[in-house]
Amino acid sequence: MARITTTRDESGFIREPGRSYGAEVPVLAPGHTYRSVTDKITDVVFNRTPKGWYFGLAVTLAMLMLLVTSVGYLFARGVGIWGINIPVSWGFDIINFVWWIGIGHAGTLISAILLLLHQEWRTSINRLSEAMTLFAVACAGMFPIIHLGRPWLAYYLFPYPNTMGLWPQFRSPLVWDVFAVSTYGTVSLLFWYTGLVPDLATMRDKTQNRFLRMVYGLMALGWRGSARHWNNYQMAYLLLAGLSTPLVVSVHSVVSFDFAVSIIPGWHSTIFPPYFVAGAIFAGFAMVLTIAIPLRAFYKLQDFITMRHIENMAKVTLATGLVVAYGYLSEIFFAFYSGEYYEQYFIANRISGPYWWAFWALILCNVLAPQALWSKRVRTNLPLLFLIMMFVNIGMWLERFVIIVVSLHRQYLQSSWDMYAGTFWDWSTYLGTIGLFLTLMFLFIRTLPAIAIFETRELVHADETQPEDMPA
Amino acid sequence: MSSIELHKPDNLAEPATRDKNYTDPALTRRLKGKTGKEYWRSLEELADTKEFRRMVRKQFPSQAAEFLDSVSRRRFLKLMGASLALAGISGCSTKPTETIVPYVERPEGLIPGRPLFYATAMIMGGATNGLLVEQHEGRPTKIEGNPSHPNSLGATDVFAQASVLSMYDPDRSDVIRKNGAISTYDQFIEEFRGTIEGQRPGGGSTVRILTETVVSPTLSRQLNDIFKRFPNAQVHHYESAGGDSAREGNQIAFGQPVNTFYKLTEADVILSLDEDFLYGFPHNVRYIHDWASRRRPEPGVELNRTYVVESTHTATGAKADHRMPMRARDIEAFARVLADRLGVDVGSVPQLEVDERYLNALVSDLRASAGRSVVIPGRHQPAAVHALAHAMNETLRNVGTTVYHTESVEHVPANPGQPAAERPTTQVESLRALTEDMRQGKVKVLLIVGGNPVYSAPADIEFGKWLAASNNRNERLVPLSVHLSEYRDETSELAVWHIPQTHYLEAWSDARTFDGTVSIVQPLIEPLYSATRTPHDLLSLFSDLPDAGGAGGASYDLVRETVRSLRPNVNFEELWRQSLLSGVVDGSELPIRPLRVRPGLAGRLPALTRDSGGLEVVFRPDPSLYDGRWANNGWLQELPKPISKLTWDNAVMLAPATAHELGVKVQDVVTLTLGGRAITAPVFELAGQPAGTATLHLGYGRNVAGGRFRVGNNIGFNVNTLRTSTTMNFGTGASIQKTGDTYELATTQRHHLIEDLDQGHVRHATVEEYRRNPQIIKEESHHVEGSLYPEYDYENPNFGNRHAYRWGMAIDMSTCTGCNACVIACQAENNVPVVGKEQVGMSREMHWLRIDSYFRGDEANPETYFQPMMCVHCEKAPCEVVCPVEATVHNIEGLNDMIYNRCVGTKYCSNNCPYKVRRFNWFQLNDKETPQLKMMRNPDVTVRERGVMEKCTYCVQRISRARINAEREDRRVGGNEIKTACHAACPAGAIIFGDLNDPQSTVSRLHHENRSYPVLGQINTQPRTQHLAEITNPNLAIGPSESSEEHTNG
Repeated sequence: MARITTTRDESGFIREPGRSYGAEVPVLAPGHTYRSVTDKITDVVFNRTPKGWYFGLAVTLAMLMLLVTSVGYLFARGVGIWGINIPVSWGFDIINFVWWIGIGHAGTLISAILLLLHQEWRTSINRLSEAMTLFAVACAGMFPIIHLGRPWLAYYLFPYPNTMGLWPQFRSPLVWDVFAVSTYGTVSLLFWYTGLVPDLATMRDKTQNRFLRMVYGLMALGWRGSARHWNNYQMAYLLLAGLSTPLVVSVHSVVSFDFAVSIIPGWHSTIFPPYFVAGAIFAGFAMVLTIAIPLRAFYKLQDFITMRHIENMAKVTLATGLVVAYGYLSEIFFAFYSGEYYEQYFIANRISGPYWWAFWALILCNVLAPQALWSKRVRTNLPLLFLIMMFVNIGMWLERFVIIVVSLHRQYLQSSWDMYAGTFWDWSTYLGTIGLFLTLMFLFIRTLPAIAIFETRELVHADETQPEDMPA
Repeated sequence: MSSIELHKPDNLAEPATRDKNYTDPALTRRLKGKTGKEYWRSLEELADTKEFRRMVRKQFPSQAAEFLDSVSRRRFLKLMGASLALAGISGCSTKPTETIVPYVERPEGLIPGRPLFYATAMIMGGATNGLLVEQHEGRPTKIEGNPSHPNSLGATDVFAQASVLSMYDPDRSDVIRKNGAISTYDQFIEEFRGTIEGQRPGGGSTVRILTETVVSPTLSRQLNDIFKRFPNAQVHHYESAGGDSAREGNQIAFGQPVNTFYKLTEADVILSLDEDFLYGFPHNVRYIHDWASRRRPEPGVELNRTYVVESTHTATGAKADHRMPMRARDIEAFARVLADRLGVDVGSVPQLEVDERYLNALVSDLRASAGRSVVIPGRHQPAAVHALAHAMNETLRNVGTTVYHTESVEHVPANPGQPAAERPTTQVESLRALTEDMRQGKVKVLLIVGGNPVYSAPADIEFGKWLAASNNRNERLVPLSVHLSEYRDETSELAVWHIPQTHYLEAWSDARTFDGTVSIVQPLIEPLYSATRTPHDLLSLFSDLPDAGGAGGASYDLVRETVRSLRPNVNFEELWRQSLLSGVVDGSELPIRPLRVRPGLAGRLPALTRDSGGLEVVFRPDPSLYDGRWANNGWLQELPKPISKLTWDNAVMLAPATAHELGVKVQDVVTLTLGGRAITAPVFELAGQPAGTATLHLGYGRNVAGGRFRVGNNIGFNVNTLRTSTTMNFGTGASIQKTGDTYELATTQRHHLIEDLDQGHVRHATVEEYRRNPQIIKEESHHVEGSLYPEYDYENPNFGNRHAYRWGMAIDMSTCTGCNACVIACQAENNVPVVGKEQVGMSREMHWLRIDSYFRGDEANPETYFQPMMCVHCEKAPCEVVCPVEATVHNIEGLNDMIYNRCVGTKYCSNNCPYKVRRFNWFQLNDKETPQLKMMRNPDVTVRERGVMEKCTYCVQRISRARINAEREDRRVGGNEIKTACHAACPAGAIIFGDLNDPQSTVSRLHHENRSYPVLGQINTQPRTQHLAEITNPNLAIGPSESSEEHTNG
């Protein structure tokens, strides 16, 4: 890749002439060579497994078992084991679905949109966030299936030719969901895998183990690093990035239609698509940070995931958090402006009804807590940043709780007003999916390069802190 | 082979090889070639194999479904004979099984898959309702009202609707028992005959018979016939749920037993003195009908005005134009004051703090409509109130226009061995006398026919104790006690003999209703259990009549005999046939008696016992379980009570203000002490309850040793232990202690209060407002036009709806009294499952049709509105567009259909339903195992499985049946031809179904009425079901709603 020194600084940022910039932390710590980058990243996989990893995996596997038990019991008994009822017939199931889908947003955004915008600071976090996306989508994708009364008939939602001569009902947002989520899952997987191919070849070449060499070799699809390979690769990667970009916007917009298309006060709202997308990016970045902060400390990857990354992600979180806060405000304004009794009631109920605590906790987590990110001191204070990101993770879950449960529990006819609370099985299923997510994350970190090796090497190249030798 | 023997190898091996029926080849094979120790061991191993278990099951039929042995499918086919019975041939005597060859000749009128309807009648608490029962291939499945019956007029109440479940109740008693051990009827007859023969020398003075209130002429005759052989025997009656005050009041007013009934169609002004005549009253079906006929603001109908003074918030109070909550103990004083104002001589007039405006308006209203008004005394008020009501009605010249007297319809025991003066007037005194005799060892033979006195007797009459008591020689004080009942209940446990009783759908009998009209209780099915007997069978044992060998035979002859004697001058076979067809014996009503209150009433009135202070406790039969006899009926247990919407429990009902004063709140468990007795029960806060009054409902806390009830055991709290013979109706001086515990109560509706702002879905006006501005109801509508989706073109021939049907419904909130009959009717018709208390608590009840109750205004005395709500079949249904699999779709006749086998259970439709009428099968809720319940279900309606959504279908099976009939005759279905289950059951005619495209249909006329409005019309769902606003008729001298707000009691 050609480097135009006059318009970019050492860390890849475009600099406008005649404007002064503060000393930026670089995206890659200085002093790295191609080899050191490769070694450092592959060591995470090839070194002896740290004890902490075993411990962590044990915990997450236990949580995964909880998921298996919960879902098994669910299939045996029926969705009645959860707390859902009439009027609140969506509860933890759909809250968790939307929450996970939201978390799955950062990956594509970082990989695709930032790639197209030539934001090179994305390099060392894109692999991680793409993996996160995939795993989150896997967790999310479970819920629409297991929340069905008769999950063994989930295939009715797909348009397949059948003797009944029936198609799904294309007016239903749930059908749109099926397409949106499955497309998103597929493209995310392709994108992630395509990005992995050159690194898998590196892994193949570095490993001493015959068996692993075979496995990585198969997965590397015969990558030899030829110029032609690189050329095709770059084309494919760019195209996929282009494909993914609209998906970032579409998936969560479609998810928001599940609510916006309905006639329930609190759901029936035109602000939902943009507000959901912003919320998803907000949640996604918070989750990337939640994982990246402990990860870089544990594996000593501070050189690759630098304070630049951390700070930039915190800034994106702050920005999207403000969009989300705007969404909350606009909901209140529209309820007031509509002059419609039920619209106004739902806002009053949200703020001061029996679930007032959920709303105010949400405001604390999603609106107030992120305001601390205006300060550079906070953005660079890792424990504090981690804490704020936990707030956001919880806040985004609460947001879906408020939207789904609090809107449903009191709608039109007072006679049908009721309360909702998750049961043991609701919580165990939720914890179980976190277990699934973390288990996949642990396995991923131990078996595949968590940071894109070749792209980081490009940064070394760009730094011109110059090469010794090209890797095999 | 007993279970102990299982461990002995020899014993097991023998039957396994000897008896082919018990042999499982696989098991034998495994046992073969095993000897000694190894054999022993393999038995242990075998003990848990599937084969072994199967073998055990074969050998021990108690684990098998017993039912399959006693009534097989084939025997049901045999029951087709019931239709022959219609033609006057005995269809219910047991025939030899061998000779049955079903369907060689098809029974008259039977087409497989087509239901048949037979007339019968049901008796409860001395009230009779005439019924038509739908029968599918020999199985009664659904109860409808009998239009020819004067009480029913085609409608029913909750109990009749639910009775079909009781018949199929797997917990019903099916064997004769002596001291708990299984015995036979032959043994029983032998012992009984021997014992009563031994009692003849004394004229049978040691023989006692205890029944519930008897309104069957045949049973009445049988009871009197006993005296022919046992002149000194005594007959007693006891029911715990009231009627004594009326008996005593009649004695005071007329000096004789009298039957009084009211003609509410003629009444312009109605005053109820603590009587819930629209819900719990005997014969309320007719009263609802008559009352409702005067509540429709249509041309030619002058609205009646209803005043209700009541001690607990009831459905009748909810429908009153002027409701005044008043403590029960003050109502007699109120009656005296009122009677005095109306010109009745009551002696001294008590002092009573009462809203003068209310009283004056009431007096002038009653006076102004003299001859067209009615005063109804409360069954749970003292006798004086009844006597005063008789006097007031007489003074107001109502007798003969709105009030009628006849000879008593209930059997009045006339024990010849007892001087007339000593005969107790009330059932409580009768029971007390019996118990006293039992205690003194004067009773040797006690035959308890029905009822459950051990549970329901007042706490100070220790009937159960003396029934089970032994003397010091360890002999029972009552050596031969026999209890005939449908369940093996508390009384059966203590009696020596327990004889299972037939259900009314299984046996012949007869019954008089409120005006004396006799209906024949005709069996619909051969008794499910061969051991069951009828009351007639048992009483036949006393008389010279043929012995009751098989169930039903004797009853059949006896009933025919009675009908013959009722109309001696007509052709009997013709009369019998006609009576079976129509369900009533023509011309059997009792003549009206011109009775006058005997002079000197003031002197005969019992002294007014006034306030002894403290909290007051009011006892009432439960709206769902009555006196407890329905405790094992899941439909009734889960039926929301009319105002509180409480299910599966009773509670201490307190006014919110009283609860606050006592420092308790809803679901707090309290100890309630009354007269030295105490119970613990949870508190329920009921708006509109008078201050200082706690209402307790009877019928709960059934506790049969051994838990023989699967549904009703240990549900709620037994208040009979608090209720004594002096506090049968209410008691004062009670106190409440908080225990600190809480108890979960399950209600189906947690929010009742509506504000003016959002009252758009519950519209109401006074008749004045409505007359002045007929558009007042419509004006509230936000008119919305247009939709993104195209209109359905029902008239288009290519659309498939050849006759352009447009089904619709109208629900009149003016006449709906919240009687719940529609709720159970819907449940029975549509195989709606029962979910249990826990699930109701989680808001998962399955009722397709619910009656919402709304309060408006002051919580001490709110205006109350009933709004029946079920799927309103929106033209632009929000559920349809969001279903991803097209499991809920609009059909060509405009119905919103549910396609169960397409439904995957996303529940989105329910979320998007603004009326929240959809119900989800959270678990496998329908019992697919119990054979009796399988027989009960309506074969025309799918039994839903786990994970699918369901909701009101407008009884699409009935529409289809009508459509098929019409198409065969090549005609259009009539606009009023189809009645949905709720429509058919409704005594008020408040639910009307029909074709909106037929301008002649009632429903289209109602939709065009000015008070018709779509609930939540502003969201443009365009519901097919429209509600008709409630129009009240308040007295302007009191004011529309502030009637009694200033008035506070206690």
